[in-house]
Amino acid sequence: MSFPWANQYKPKNPVMQWVDERLPLPRLVYNATGAGYPVPRNLNYFWNFGVLSGAALVIQIITGIVLAMHYYASVDGAFNSVEHIMRNVNSGWLIRYAHMNGASFFFIVVYIHIFRGLFYGSYKAPREMAWLLGVVIYLLMMATGFMGYVLPWGQMSYWGAQVITGFFSAIPIVGEPLRQWLLGGFAPDQATLSRFFSLHYLLPFVIAGVIILHIWSIHIPGSSNPTGVSVKGEEDTVPFHPYYTAKDGFGLGVFLIFFVIMAFFLPNAMGHPDNYIQANPLSTPAHIVPEWYYLPFYAILKAFTVDFAIPFTGIVIMPAKLMGVLALFGSILLLFFLPWLDTSPVRSGHYRPLFRKFFWFGLIPTVLVLGVCGAMPAEPMWVMLSQIASAYYFAHFLIILPIVSRIEKPLPLPGSITEAVTGKPLKAATA
Amino acid sequence: MATSKKSGGSAKKPAKKAAAKKPAAKKAAVKKTSAKKAASKKAAPKKVAVKKAAPVKAAPAGVAVGEPHPGAQEPRRRDFINIAAVSFAGVGAATVVIPLVSQMSASADVLALSSIEVDVSAIEPGQSIKTVWRKQPIFIRNLTDKEIAEANDVDVSSLRDPQTLEERTQPGKENWLITLGVCTHLGCVPLGAAAGEIKGEYGGYFCPCHGSQFDTAARIRKGPAPTNLEVPEEITFKSDTIVQIG
Repeated sequence: MSFPWANQYKPKNPVMQWVDERLPLPRLVYNATGAGYPVPRNLNYFWNFGVLSGAALVIQIITGIVLAMHYYASVDGAFNSVEHIMRNVNSGWLIRYAHMNGASFFFIVVYIHIFRGLFYGSYKAPREMAWLLGVVIYLLMMATGFMGYVLPWGQMSYWGAQVITGFFSAIPIVGEPLRQWLLGGFAPDQATLSRFFSLHYLLPFVIAGVIILHIWSIHIPGSSNPTGVSVKGEEDTVPFHPYYTAKDGFGLGVFLIFFVIMAFFLPNAMGHPDNYIQANPLSTPAHIVPEWYYLPFYAILKAFTVDFAIPFTGIVIMPAKLMGVLALFGSILLLFFLPWLDTSPVRSGHYRPLFRKFFWFGLIPTVLVLGVCGAMPAEPMWVMLSQIASAYYFAHFLIILPIVSRIEKPLPLPGSITEAVTGKPLKAATA
Repeated sequence: MATSKKSGGSAKKPAKKAAAKKPAAKKAAVKKTSAKKAASKKAAPKKVAVKKAAPVKAAPAGVAVGEPHPGAQEPRRRDFINIAAVSFAGVGAATVVIPLVSQMSASADVLALSSIEVDVSAIEPGQSIKTVWRKQPIFIRNLTDKEIAEANDVDVSSLRDPQTLEERTQPGKENWLITLGVCTHLGCVPLGAAAGEIKGEYGGYFCPCHGSQFDTAARIRKGPAPTNLEVPEEITFKSDTIVQIG
């Protein structure tokens, strides 16, 4: 699980020795995130975002547990209990704004973490399992975030639940019964709210469990690094503690500054005002939008407007609605196959001139454009733009990456991490 | 990294193989006995014995495979007990899943609200009302003669979900268009039922979420919705002014 030169855990304190012999938990922590874990010496600040994601999850769990003490999941009372938290509960406003903005910040840092992985090829061998588990965590986060947004039972909560569970009705034959099973009725109602509350409380702990697997899987080959070159000797690494605990600690401080600025001064900037209107099953808001972190996927859903049919016969092979839903799920499930779509042996985008161009001028703008389109009403211009961007998104992963991996001539890689940092070759291998 | 991997790998591999082979060998032995026993006991007892021995031998030395005990050809009683116990537990576990899954379906009180009666006497031609059935909005619309004519003028075969107005209303009550107010795309409530709301290009309903347009028979004409607005299956006019839905 580690390099042979890793520091060994040798507790001096007799109490810690006593504990270590009976339950080596301090040893586990020491080896996982302490001085016992050797890490490449050249990690940049993009490597902070894993720790920041973990910190965001902790913030969500702590504030969430407190909110659950004051919230009640009833269609008549949920909306009022949220207002009660805001107005009557001591510091309730702070806790709720921290939870609301914490969700957004969780997604911000996770998105940076994901794109870090995409650029530096962190999904490639031997770290595929960490990538796959990461996609699982992301899916769990999306489910948790969606259900959490339903709980205040405002207009966007209700209609978001209606639209998203409506995805399932696109599935032929079993779709509608499946939708009713998920909702526990014909439309979102008490049964829906109660079960979403239950699952919204459960899933963060499931996420925490998968995060442990995620970290475990990354500790087997050891962390990746900006050059993508594997660790070749002791000189290439430094112990996680104190080097990266310090660097992560600094990053965490910066993260928390941004977080409190939003929570204190712009608490509703990333929300939607319609969610301060109580849910009304008889009136749809003029413009339903999901939370900002789902917008690119929402744009993909809306991009499918024409049935897939055999021309001139009117035989519909796949209705537009089903195609939109499949594309939405496909756009995420696609990421599971990424380690095998990008076959280039070079990991880091720094040494891949063609890949780098498609990343910065293809993938990144596409995702941003999709995000904007997702927020816009279904007008012809926006629909067409989201169609083009959706097409590129799929083409990037399914066509461009496999071809680029084949035809690209990568730049020469440094002989070692140490060489990349100091310019001098690694001394005779210590390993 | 490289070193730790290599040393770990070479040490682990044989152990893993042995672990994998052991159950395989056992399975093979069990299968063959049960299948062949009846047929080959008389005919070729030697063959059975040879085949039985092979998988056991294949296991690497030094790994405890278990002595081939005297009754090896017979299906062991222990195998029977194992299979029976695991199957029983499996069926039990599967049974427990049924209530755990079905508890999520619509409960009795939700289903109990599935029938309503509406007095439509106050709805003038050209007007419509929204009411609630099964917690979902219902549109009840009194069509004008012009709207009926518009709906009947359409070439049905050109529609995405071909239906005539007649098929979507009750016999003799063609002016009463009763549909769910739930867009068949993703479940929004279309506009056009309340006074002053836009009715869309085809004079029926317009869904603001993703731009589906419905005509005066609430049929999908344009936009992403795959089918017409749903007409509840059971609509009965108890009298000229009372309609029962569900």
